[in-house]
Amino acid sequence: MNNRIKNLFANKPKGLLSVYFTAGFPSLNDTETVILELEKNGVDLIEVGMPFSDPLADGPTIQQSSTVALRNGMTIPKLFEQLQGIRQKTDIPLVLMGYLNPVMQYGVERFCQKAGEIGIDGIILPDLPLREYVDEYKAIFEKYNLSKVFLITPQTPEERIREIDSHTNGFIYMVSSASTTGKTLGLAEQSQAYFQRVASMKLQNPGVIGFGIHDNETFASACNHASGAIIGSAFVKALQQEGSLQENISTFIKSIKH
Amino acid sequence: MSYHVNEKGFYGQFGGAYVPEMLYPNVEELRQNYLRIIQEPDFQEELQLLLKDYVGRPTPLYFAPRLSEKYNTKVYLKREDLNHTGAHKINNTIGQVLLAKRLGKKRIIAETGAGQHGVATATVCALMGLECIVYMGEVDIERQAPNVARMKMLGAQVVPATSGSKTLKDATNEAIRDWINNPEDTYYIIGSVVGPHPYPDMVARFQAVISEEMRAQLLEKEGTENPKYVIACVGGGSNAAGAFYHYLDEPNVELIAVEAAGKGIDSGESAATSILGKDGIIHGSRTLLMQTEDGQVTEPYSISAGLDYPGVGPLHAHLFVSGRAKFMNATDEEALQAVLELTRLEGIIPALESAHALAVLNRLGAKPEEIVVINLSGRGDKDLSTYLKHFHFDEQ
Repeated sequence: MNNRIKNLFANKPKGLLSVYFTAGFPSLNDTETVILELEKNGVDLIEVGMPFSDPLADGPTIQQSSTVALRNGMTIPKLFEQLQGIRQKTDIPLVLMGYLNPVMQYGVERFCQKAGEIGIDGIILPDLPLREYVDEYKAIFEKYNLSKVFLITPQTPEERIREIDSHTNGFIYMVSSASTTGKTLGLAEQSQAYFQRVASMKLQNPGVIGFGIHDNETFASACNHASGAIIGSAFVKALQQEGSLQENISTFIKSIKH
Repeated sequence: MSYHVNEKGFYGQFGGAYVPEMLYPNVEELRQNYLRIIQEPDFQEELQLLLKDYVGRPTPLYFAPRLSEKYNTKVYLKREDLNHTGAHKINNTIGQVLLAKRLGKKRIIAETGAGQHGVATATVCALMGLECIVYMGEVDIERQAPNVARMKMLGAQVVPATSGSKTLKDATNEAIRDWINNPEDTYYIIGSVVGPHPYPDMVARFQAVISEEMRAQLLEKEGTENPKYVIACVGGGSNAAGAFYHYLDEPNVELIAVEAAGKGIDSGESAATSILGKDGIIHGSRTLLMQTEDGQVTEPYSISAGLDYPGVGPLHAHLFVSGRAKFMNATDEEALQAVLELTRLEGIIPALESAHALAVLNRLGAKPEEIVVINLSGRGDKDLSTYLKHFHFDEQ
């Protein structure tokens, strides 16, 4: 298992805050600033979104930020260039999140090698199926010491959750309800039952809850059922407020953790 | 070489089910059940009866005398334009809606480009009393207004897709997002041989009735089941999949897929995926895809909304790469000329999509005694305003 992710969950088994942002948004060169400000404000883990033209699992907020980031000129080579040297500045666990096609065009092995060299800790590719990962890519991810993080949902059968758990080595991304990103309906009653069901399975990987987490209340509620929670769309929205990036980040994170 | 899907859902290197975990249960439910259900006798009985009495099958195989004379070969038209709702699309929606009912689904969603699949879906939903939501690109809503009106008349809710190029690709994204958000009661009727396995295989099977009938009709008319050429237009490729299906393993039958060249292959405004695309992933399937060097999907272009798609079904990607099918293309202008030609020679106004298949007749090199079957996938009513404007008939 990757050491930075392992240490994080060992040292902070509860109440962990993970934040997603789209690289290249609001401006092309904000990547490093956003990462360092998030760390300064007490965020525990960061998901750096690699924008894609057709993000199927995302709602309007992340679609929009992806469109802007691509228009700004964000690409995988550009992102790697921006992240070169990030490990001299921070030790916060960093996970890259995106869709398979851009990674495939860059070359999966080349991508993993480069990510490993930079000091990336994990990768999330929602449209890379478990079966293809295990058959074709798992050895590559492990060679470069990258955790492959998989999603599970309330509809994922127990048997498949166990299979996913056996093939991953970082954390499990528990999608809170059947939805794309950015819905803010809160965590439904059925979700609580699903969280409890997963907790009672005693998986080897810790679980982190994402999708629909957008304020202090939903964050606290998610933290009751898992090691922590992930905020994406709500943070991307906060970055669009007037004011400096620093102020927006600090205000938003305080509102979640107060 | 096999041209049929393997047990993992692939055609050669293409296909598969590259879907986020949120869609896994839905796609898996379908994969485990589709073959069993569509092979059940009572399913087949219901399907065949509807195809006959409701859709109006078999559709005629029409020998086109004046077109044949002009190109000095034997041209037959498979008249899918005579189906109820005006195109081949209903062959598939009838099949899938019966499947959806057997899976206990209450709510039907679909994407549409030209609106033919949307109309065909809205039609079968009206027939079965099911709720119907159709996603359609904002640009297509404008250029295919008659079909939008028909869908509304049939009781469907037409939801505009406003992201990206606002065409078929974006409508498909929105339909997939809807399915993610409604995983339990909703069935997604995909209109072409695209999407995650088992859709490409399932849609091809429902469209295969086209070539099944062609074989019987040719035997009766010409004493042979096999023509020299089968020609069909390809966007996602459902009518071509149906027209090719029973000829895939007949190496003497030349399969011709015609893509939309738009304003020209090198114009930057084209939808000819076999030439402009490369190996990639779109809408849950590994296939040929028009994209940038960085793997971002590019915006295709064709005057024909039904061919305006940056990918192609994985079966067709395999037929192209393996050389089993020959891929040709026709520009907007060539397609429009073919529309007028068929209209004036045979008294049949074809859809813009189907006209692309007609447009390659002049460079096929078919000999006088050879049989050419063109799949006339749809009729041109929906395109009349485009035709009137282009040929200036609206000024007369």
